[in-house]
Amino acid sequence: MSEEVRPPSPSGEQFLAAAASPEFQDLKRRLRRFVFPMTVFFLIWYAVYVLLSTFAIDFMATPVLGNYNLGMLIGLGQFISTFVITGLYVRFANRELDPRAAKIRGELERAAGAER
Amino acid sequence: MSTGYLAAETVGNPMANIAIFGLFVVVTLVVVIRASNKNATAAEFFTGGRAFSGPQNGIAIAGDYLSAASFLGIAGAIAVYGYDGFLYSIGFLVAWLVALLLVAELLRNTGKFTMADVLSFRLKQKPVRLAAATSTLTVSLFYLLAQMAGAGGLVALLMDVRSRTGQSIVIAVVGVLMIVYVLVGGMKGTTWVQIIKAVLLIAGAAVMTAMVLARFGLNLSDILGSAQSAIAASTDPVVAGRDVLAPGAQYGGSLTSKINFLSLAIALVLGTAGLPHVLMRFYTVPTAKEARRSVVWAIALIGAFYLFTLVLGYGAAAIVGPDRILAAAGGQNAAAPLLAFELGGVILLGVIAAVAFATILAVVAGLTITAAASFAHDVYASVLKSHTVSEAEQVRVSRITAVVLGLLGIGLGILANGQNIAFLVALAFAVAAAANLPTIVYSLYWRRFNTRGALWSMYGGLAATIVLIVFSPAVSGSPTAMIPGADFAWFPLANPGIVSIPLAFVLGIVGTLTAPDDEDPVLAAEMEVRSLTGIGAEPAVEH
Repeated sequence: MSEEVRPPSPSGEQFLAAAASPEFQDLKRRLRRFVFPMTVFFLIWYAVYVLLSTFAIDFMATPVLGNYNLGMLIGLGQFISTFVITGLYVRFANRELDPRAAKIRGELERAAGAER
Repeated sequence: MSTGYLAAETVGNPMANIAIFGLFVVVTLVVVIRASNKNATAAEFFTGGRAFSGPQNGIAIAGDYLSAASFLGIAGAIAVYGYDGFLYSIGFLVAWLVALLLVAELLRNTGKFTMADVLSFRLKQKPVRLAAATSTLTVSLFYLLAQMAGAGGLVALLMDVRSRTGQSIVIAVVGVLMIVYVLVGGMKGTTWVQIIKAVLLIAGAAVMTAMVLARFGLNLSDILGSAQSAIAASTDPVVAGRDVLAPGAQYGGSLTSKINFLSLAIALVLGTAGLPHVLMRFYTVPTAKEARRSVVWAIALIGAFYLFTLVLGYGAAAIVGPDRILAAAGGQNAAAPLLAFELGGVILLGVIAAVAFATILAVVAGLTITAAASFAHDVYASVLKSHTVSEAEQVRVSRITAVVLGLLGIGLGILANGQNIAFLVALAFAVAAAANLPTIVYSLYWRRFNTRGALWSMYGGLAATIVLIVFSPAVSGSPTAMIPGADFAWFPLANPGIVSIPLAFVLGIVGTLTAPDDEDPVLAAEMEVRSLTGIGAEPAVEH
């Protein structure tokens, strides 16, 4: 299948050089600077929600509007935050990561092809 | 348990349920046969030739993930306990952010067929592959057991099969169909089964949600109010005393019970991104971008589905009422089927029953191909035969493994019939979160991470989870335990995650730092570059 038409694999030296290149370090930094804080944020937000639901039941039962209480709204808030974070990440990855990754990949493929 | 069924209500027309389910089996078999290829290469058999689009794979992921336990179980828990069932579903949804942000794309870029491909990439192949395969097989087996055991309870409710023998025959039929799907269709056929099932399940839930909302003039607040009134009118004083609009009805109470719930919540949110059958789905798409799109589709579908179950659960409490639900065969799992019968009579019930059954079938097929791939690719080809076997041989071995696993699943499923399904699923998540996730995250993001760290974390997480479960009140020492007669429990929580998951993360760090930093720097650089750029795993960039 497509395996056979793939370009030759870069050598170990080429991988080492690519990993050390400023372009790659920049890509890595951008990825981590987005995903690590975002992960910490949603895990804390989820932990707060779960802790409130187990240890602050009366607070969660506070009526807000009609039969909706705080717990229901915060729970629906978890859905909304999950959808929003998903959207933010996709926009970030499409704009910031994909073009940079494709550029590095293209250069590395050219270098690997030239050597053989 | 048969005494409980004597007074229980049978729902709808069993023949209609069986007929609609039979139709599903016929349609999916035709699709699987059309998708089949006798001489499939390993890439075709294990990954469907990486030819699925992001949206297709996202629907299939939702199909893999939304098991009968989450459909019948969560709707039922909301109907009877209210808010706490909802709380459970939120953990299952938020968990997908871990997969999206940290795991999906890098894993797809680095691996080929299995989770072990990624974990062993820059570490010592044999021991790490063996550990990863061990935990893959353990997680898949627990999950498989949960689904098979669930099939028994489901047929009692939906097909009026109440004898133990009759249920065992149904479990055997499920097992045989699953083997056929996997052998004939490989990953491609299995993926199509997941897609068909996911569309039916989500569409069915959407239709029911619309019908419930229509009954209450599209006013969700009214549904909540009616549910609370119906609960308060229950003849069981314990049920009648519940506030189903606030948390605490199921997991509140003693401090132990609260900590037990926290422990469950940790396992749910961290387990998803370590489930091998979910991870393997990321290999069925051609690029990292498609892997990202598949997770986005999965999050949208799974999120929408859990919002539907919120309406369905409270709707079942309001329309069917807690007493009828609890008196039905299958107990709270009967909430969604009973609601379907109230809303749309025999036909809608038949469709929902068939969908629930199809769900079990599709999920077990996905689990089996994952476990079979891991055994053939990691244990047989890499550990036993030191990479000397061809890929065609790996496919042959994995077909045999699928048959063995299917038969094992049938046997164990018959034995586990009647066990608590939610508990078995939670156990699979706890093992995945403790044994798999730390090593996945460390090997993708921590350059210093090494073989000892991986082995300590994987075996330590696996062993801690299993040991704590064995000595928990879920296995002995309580009336609802697996072995109610004995009492050797010393660990107070039924969910071990709060101990075993942090332990596995710490073991990964301690193991790594106590071993010399002697892993191959070239392989580490190669893995890093591959994982972030997709070189070698994607079609070439146009020059």
